[in-house]
Amino acid sequence: MNGRIAYIASNTFREAVRDRVLYNLIAFALLMSGAAILVGQISIGIERLVVINLGLTAVSLFGIVIAIFIGIGLVSKEIDKRTLYTVLSRPVQRWEFIVGKFFGLAGTLIVNAFFMALGVFAALFYVSRHFQGSDGWVLVALYFIILQFLIITSLALLFSSFSSPLLSAVFAFALFVIGTFAEDLRGFAGLTKGIVRWLATGAAYLVPNFSALNVISSVAHEQPVARQLILSNTAYALVYAGVALCGAVLIFERRNLK
Amino acid sequence: MKGGRFSPAIMTAIDILGLEKTYSVGFWRKKPKCALKPLHLSVDEGEIFGFLGPNGAGKTTTLKMLMGLVYPTGGSAKILGMDINDPRMKAQIGFLPEQPYFYDYLTAGELLNYYGQLSGVPAKDRERRVREVLDRVGLPDVIRVQLRKFSKGMLQRVGIAQAILHDPRIVFFDEPMSGLDPMGRREVRDLMEQLKHEGKTVFFSTHILSDAEALCDRVAIIHLGELRSVGAVADLTSSVEGKVELIWHGNKIPAAMKALGADCHITGDTVRAVLLEGNQDAALEALRREQLRIISLIPVRTSLEEYFVRKLQPSKAVAGVTS
Repeated sequence: MNGRIAYIASNTFREAVRDRVLYNLIAFALLMSGAAILVGQISIGIERLVVINLGLTAVSLFGIVIAIFIGIGLVSKEIDKRTLYTVLSRPVQRWEFIVGKFFGLAGTLIVNAFFMALGVFAALFYVSRHFQGSDGWVLVALYFIILQFLIITSLALLFSSFSSPLLSAVFAFALFVIGTFAEDLRGFAGLTKGIVRWLATGAAYLVPNFSALNVISSVAHEQPVARQLILSNTAYALVYAGVALCGAVLIFERRNLK
Repeated sequence: MKGGRFSPAIMTAIDILGLEKTYSVGFWRKKPKCALKPLHLSVDEGEIFGFLGPNGAGKTTTLKMLMGLVYPTGGSAKILGMDINDPRMKAQIGFLPEQPYFYDYLTAGELLNYYGQLSGVPAKDRERRVREVLDRVGLPDVIRVQLRKFSKGMLQRVGIAQAILHDPRIVFFDEPMSGLDPMGRREVRDLMEQLKHEGKTVFFSTHILSDAEALCDRVAIIHLGELRSVGAVADLTSSVEGKVELIWHGNKIPAAMKALGADCHITGDTVRAVLLEGNQDAALEALRREQLRIISLIPVRTSLEEYFVRKLQPSKAVAGVTS
């Protein structure tokens, strides 16, 4: 990573920390503690399943909400507050600014997810008093959640590069919801004919396939994740985020900062 | 080289070649709105150059184009002989935007350190440079204070500090006196003169004419996106209006003065009269007759303010004096 990108990323991370974004960890810790205690009392034999399902879903949702609500302001806030002027009048290229912002927010989300993962494993240990081999797949599910964060961050940045924060939030959240049902959309496309089939297929492949990146349920049921899926999901997320980031750069490169 | 000044040893710092900007406005963005008509201007290295104009004249648009923040719709510009988007050039310039706003979650020291990193200031020099510039703008004790606790004037000073942090060859200031109290304005004026003595070029926009008159080697006047005049302050204000100012001691006004059409004002124990140059001998004779002590007789010169106002009047809009 070039120096300027690293400096911008580091400043973005520092902004998130000072804006108390990581305070969500307190809410998460309370949720996991409460869930672990409650589940331990009311569930018989399915404590682990409930804790993994609840914990990983919370990690995903907390992260997605942070990615959208910080991501949509990454560029537009800097334009509105004119903090960008003193950055871009230095030897900083516009693409470096966008990429630096991306890595800064991605880093924040990864650190956030790391602490949440510790919480999930602590809750798991609390309810079953031991770890088992299949718990390793929880790490794979967490890895897929981080891949989701990369995609949603790049999309939020893409929208932020040309749209208002409110519209960017709506677009990003809508894509997240549609992307969660991407497999169903692909199934629907297969049932249609003619131009509708073309349109539905196009839309199904255009939206991010978050359903392929969601293995929470199978991991909770102690089912292994295929190595092929890990590779293909990694490649898919990196390419999708890369393309969205390129789009953000292309738009931002042409933009007049009035 | 502009205005007939010929000095081959002086390098051109800023060369603006027909830079223009037209925005598309309206719902369908089909209505053109001209923010800046083709602008031709050059600034020599080591000059303090004032870019004057009323609000909305096109000063900030010009500066934003030079900084690569807004793209021109025509023309080009070179700074230190390099294209305005060349990162090598940007390492050698500093910029203070109008009413600057900074990351308020950072301390002044952190902010300047961040800008130092982006400008390529070596890590070993950064802390020393940060302290030096904060000291220079009159904020020696705020290095660990968060910017959200700063007043408007303090933010303006931090803005100036970040513009000169990396020891640039050219400094662009957009309304640098904005938000400053009289003492602050004086300090910034002194700072700009120091920068000139260090061989830096200072290009600043303002609508405060007294600042420009006190500081600038040359000024350009822009109005409604059009360059109205450019030249040395002394040249622009040297035109004699055909009137003289006569000051004498006492508070007596000879009757002949009225007949000569003199405009007289008594201030304390002196009288100041402005009259036509052709009547000055008769006026002097009248004062001698009354045995009044003459303090001074000087031609009335156009002030920059009067020149500025004249240039802004549409009927008298003319091309530059020395451009």
